[in-house]
This record gives sequence, structure tokens and C-alpha cells, in this order.
Amino acid sequence: MSGRHAAAPLSVPLWTPGVFVLIALMIPGFVFILARFIGGLAAVTNLSQTSPWGIWVAIDVATGVALAAGGFTTAALAHVFGRHAYETVTRPALLTAMLGYTFVPIALMIDIGRSWAIWHPIIYWQGNSVLFEVAMCVVLYTNVLYIEFLPIVAERYKDRVRLPGPLSILNGIVEKFLQVADRTLDRVMWVFILAGVVLSCMHQSGLGSLMLIAPTKLHPLWYTPILPLLFLLSAIAVGFPMVIFENALASASLPIEDETPVLSALSRYTVILLGVYGILKVADIVVRGAAGYLLEARVESFSFLVELLVGVFLPFFLLLKPSVRKSRRGLFISACLIIFGVVLNRLNVFLVGFQSPYAEKGYFPSIGELAVTTALIAAIMFLYRLLVTYLPVLTPRNHSHTTTACDGALLQEGRAES
Amino acid sequence: MNRRAFLKWAAAGGAAALGSPTIAAGAPRKVPDDPYGCLVDLTRCVGCRKCEQACNRVNNLPPPSTPFDDLVVFDRHRRPSPEAFTVVNRYHTGRRDDRGQLVPTFVKVQCMHCQDPACVSACIVGALTKKTNGAVHYDVSKCIGCRYCMVACPFQIPQYEYTDPITPRVRKCTFCFERISQEGGLPGCAAICPVEAITFGKRNVLLDLAKKRIQENPTRYIDSIYGATEVGGTSWLYISGEPFERLGFLTLPSKPIPQTAEAIQHGIFKYFWAPLTLYGLLGAIMYSVRPKTPSRISDDKGDQS
Repeated sequence: MSGRHAAAPLSVPLWTPGVFVLIALMIPGFVFILARFIGGLAAVTNLSQTSPWGIWVAIDVATGVALAAGGFTTAALAHVFGRHAYETVTRPALLTAMLGYTFVPIALMIDIGRSWAIWHPIIYWQGNSVLFEVAMCVVLYTNVLYIEFLPIVAERYKDRVRLPGPLSILNGIVEKFLQVADRTLDRVMWVFILAGVVLSCMHQSGLGSLMLIAPTKLHPLWYTPILPLLFLLSAIAVGFPMVIFENALASASLPIEDETPVLSALSRYTVILLGVYGILKVADIVVRGAAGYLLEARVESFSFLVELLVGVFLPFFLLLKPSVRKSRRGLFISACLIIFGVVLNRLNVFLVGFQSPYAEKGYFPSIGELAVTTALIAAIMFLYRLLVTYLPVLTPRNHSHTTTACDGALLQEGRAES
Repeated sequence: MNRRAFLKWAAAGGAAALGSPTIAAGAPRKVPDDPYGCLVDLTRCVGCRKCEQACNRVNNLPPPSTPFDDLVVFDRHRRPSPEAFTVVNRYHTGRRDDRGQLVPTFVKVQCMHCQDPACVSACIVGALTKKTNGAVHYDVSKCIGCRYCMVACPFQIPQYEYTDPITPRVRKCTFCFERISQEGGLPGCAAICPVEAITFGKRNVLLDLAKKRIQENPTRYIDSIYGATEVGGTSWLYISGEPFERLGFLTLPSKPIPQTAEAIQHGIFKYFWAPLTLYGLLGAIMYSVRPKTPSRISDDKGDQS
């Protein structure tokens, strides 16, 4: 997996105005986190006895995991299905996935009441619980992601581990560890790449199964036995759009190689995946006889229609046009729409479509919940920025000694398209 | 195409989807076959709230803001809370007595102690368990506070201590688990009820008793036992003179709530066949499309060293 990348640390200053904005976004969130651990969830959130889950579960966990799908979809494409032309985008996707999954337990620590007991599922197994399955897969997959990321660290710091200050006594151990990792991981990495894809499929669908336990509470527009399949397919479909989205954001502020040819080639898969997902989603409500609920002029029917029309079919038809797929702007807009669609879908399933009996009022996130979620997203972006600055993740401009090989492969992919 | 065919097709269409209810017919679930239960006869309840008081005492709950003999609490329909595991609500269904006065019906609300409880199926760490004596038992030492039980419960019973920052608990009727585990022990509410509106006993016996009361007095009761079949049956049973849906009871399916999720879940994870198949399949693809020049990786290695 190594060697073909032209990825390198970006020699750019870290402390730019953008980075300061990210830090400013983190501060209020940390204040609210502090308040949560002093006054309890009631002090900060709008959660109630009838709305037990809010955006910390729906966005930070459920949506975050879906949007980290770029990691396993690009890994599958480049390393399992052998489309090596896409290897330039696997590293940033891997990094995003790693950060996304790392923040799942962090977000959960804030949300669950007994944060100090978060490790309990590891010893108290409850195999009937969908949440248990999701938790186990996420724990395992997070570690798989760390292992997959290790070669990138080794590539950069092998033979030059210089830890600062008193940490320097660890230099020898870390050096040895990186040496061993570098020597062995290459040969066994296929085990982890396959495991990563399988674990992802399991818990992405598992997240959809979570709400199958609430047949009387989840609105019929979303409650379907194929909810796990829909969650899995939408996660796979949003994987490449996330790669496109991230690359657009990164290239707006960092001197990196223009990956538009790779991204437009990538978007062809998205058309197919999105199409399959859209058809399945429509077929599902028709077959279950739930389509009638669309005619109710309620927030649920409206939210479902927006999710499907704006988040699935609009980008699908946009991406059908080669001109859209070839343009940076077209790709970015389509990717944004798809991401919006998946975010709205997760919000719909976990919040909008979830109706507790006896609920006196609906749930809307509090300022504190929004601030914490914002802070966590800002922290992920900050860490992304930090890691791409010092580690070989992105391809810096004028550093393209392998582009010819890549272009050749993409040209072939492109021919297959026309 | 019917629903079943559609599901099959959907499952086959997404080989990786691993999610077909048709795969898992599912073994019959283990539910206690001879649990205890309580029969609540709503035609007998006079709304004295002695049950609430007894519950408060035996569970060491904090004193209520409104005293137990204050009838003002009936002005609104209450739900159980972290400080009150049971509440009695008053309903007026429009029925009048001989003198033209509206006849109230009082309804006691608490955990129904389902035979196949959704909360137990949902609980990530098994903090909630269905005991053989019928109680749905909560073990705080395992709980992580994820509140998935609250998402799952069709009766919206588990209550959460949102104001506790570090050690919040899920709170609900315990069925006086410790008391009924002892010979002759009764739940606090059943023991105190002055009008015998609550009868404690084996669930099967209570079902017969309920049927007998309805048969012997068909004008007094509607012909229905709430909890007999709802969500696969509950340990708490109700008989009433008024239709249940007019007394704040939910209309629920007779299928146990966990069945769909568990059928899918166990269908996928039986012997780990689905993940392992997917792993093998992907492995085969990976092997078949591997670079034909095996020298590449070693070349790279050569460059580096």
C-alpha cells in the first residue's frame, strides 16, 4: 500500500486565522461540557423523559459514523477492488475516518449519564442488543483504523523519533515500535483492510437496526425492516461525496494537488450507489404502503420529501451529467447535497420521526447541545489540519512524480465511462 | 410484489446488506412461563392514592411536592417520574351516575413488566433483565446511562435522573423485586390497596380471575384484558368498565417489540456467517485483482531502505 503515494507533510504554517477560528469555536463547547459534568444533562440539554436522545447521539454519533464512511469505501475501492488510481484519496479519507471514529466515544462520554462506565459493554455482553453490536464494531473498527494509519506515521517518523522534553526517554521504545510496525504491517495489512470493510458494513447497518426496537414510536415513513440495509447503502453512497467535500475544503486553504480528475472518476460510482439507494427508498415506502403519509402536510412528510428529493434525487440527476462530474464546483455542490441528505436522514430517523407517546413537547437542541456539537466538529477539523501539516496524508502541489501512472489508470477508468 | 418477496429481493440485492428478516425465522424466545403479575381492576379503584404512598415508602423515594391526600394532582394527567414509580390518574369518559354526576375512572400507571421487554432487549450491558418471577429488574452497577431503554420502551416508562451529573439512574417500578422474592411477599401497592383493586398472584391465575370477573359481570366490564396480549403480554393486567383507549392506554401490537430487531440481528450474527462470508468474498476479490507484478511492493521497500 505504500510507496505509490506522493503524499507528504505540507510545509505550511499551522497557526493561520482559520485555525484560530476553529479554536474559537471549540471554547464555548468546552464550557458547556464542563457545565454538563457539574449540573447533569438537564443543565445543558433539552433532553427529557420522552426525548431521551438528542443531537449528541443523532449527529455526533449516528451521522458522524455515516460521514466517516469515506474511509472504508475508498479502502475497499483502492485496495480490495484494486482500483489503485484512487490511492491518492485513500489517505485523507482514512484520516477523516480515524478522527471521526475517535470522536464517537468522546461524544458518547459526554452524552451517556455514567461516562466512567463507558467500558462496561466490553465485559457485560448483551448479544440481543443492537447497540452492543454497534459499540463492539465501532471499538474494533477504530483500532483497525489506527493500525491502518500507523504506516503513515512510520513513514514520517521512522528513524527520527525526537520526542520533546522528558518524553525523550521513550524515544527508543517508540522508534522500535515504528520499526516493527513498518516491517510487519505491510505484509498483514490486507487482514485489517478486509476487517475494516466488514466491520464498517456491520455497524453502519447496525445503526439502522437501532430504531427497529421502536416500531410504535418511529414514524412509518422511516420504520422499515430494511432500515439496516438503507443505512448501509446510504453510508456507502456518502463515502465518496465526503472525500470530494473534504478535498474541496482542504484545497481551498492548503497548497495541495488538484485531484479533480480522481474525484470526477470517483463520482461515477456515487451515481450508481445513489440511484440504487433512491430506488430502494421509494420502493420501500410503496411496498409497505406508507406512501400515503407523504400527503399529510406535516413536518415528517415534508422532512422525508426534502431528504429524498434534495438529498438523493437532485444530486443523482446532477451527477448524471458529465459536465457536472468534470467541474470542481459541480462535484462540490453535488457532494454537499448528498451529505445534506444523509445528515437529514439520520436526523429524521433519530429525532424528527421519533415520537414518544405521552410527549408534552417536541425536542429541539439547546444552545449548549449545539455548541458542544460545533466544538467537536471544529476539534476534528483542527486535528485534521494538524495531522496533514506534519504527516504525509495529502499530496502537496509540485510533488507529483507518480501522476503519470495515476493519470494513465484514470484515463482507462474514464474510457470505461464513455 | 408482496412484502415478503420484496424483503427477499432487497436482501439479495444488497449482498453486503446482511439484513434480511426472512433469513431468521428465530427460535421462540425464553419468557418466564409462570411469572407473578398484578391484576388492576379499574372499576374498583377509588383514587385514594394509597398505592402511590406505599410505593414511595417501600422504595425510599423523596416526599412529593403535593401531599398524597391532595386531590388537586388529578387535575392533570401525570406520568411516573424518577421520584414516583407509580401514579394514579383520573379520567372522565362522559359516563354519569343516577344523579347525573360524572363518574371518574382512576388509572394506576407503572412499569408493565412485559413478558418480552423491549428495554431488556435494548440494554447494551444487560443492566435490565426479566426475572423468572416476572419483574423487569434494573441493575444500576452495570448501567452506563445510554438511555436506549427509554427509546425502546413502548409504554414510555423508564425515567432518567437528568439532573445527576455523575451517577444518574434509570428509575421505574421495580415490582418490589426484593419483597416478592420472599415467601408471601406482596408489592407495596398491592399490599396496601384498601379496595382490593390490585390483586397480586401468578399471571396465569390472574388471567383466569380476570376472565371470570368479566363473565360474571358483563355489564360492569368491557370484554378485554389489557396486558394479556399487548406487546406479547405483560405481567401487569388491567380490566376496566371503559374502553382502554379512553383511559390513556396505548393501542399496541400483540407482537413482542424486540422481535423484528432480534430476528434481523440474530439472522446476521448466527455463527457470524454474514460477516465471515463478506470477509471471504472481499478477500477473494482482493486476491483476484491483486497486482500481477509481485515485485512492486518489494521494489518500494527497496527504494526506502
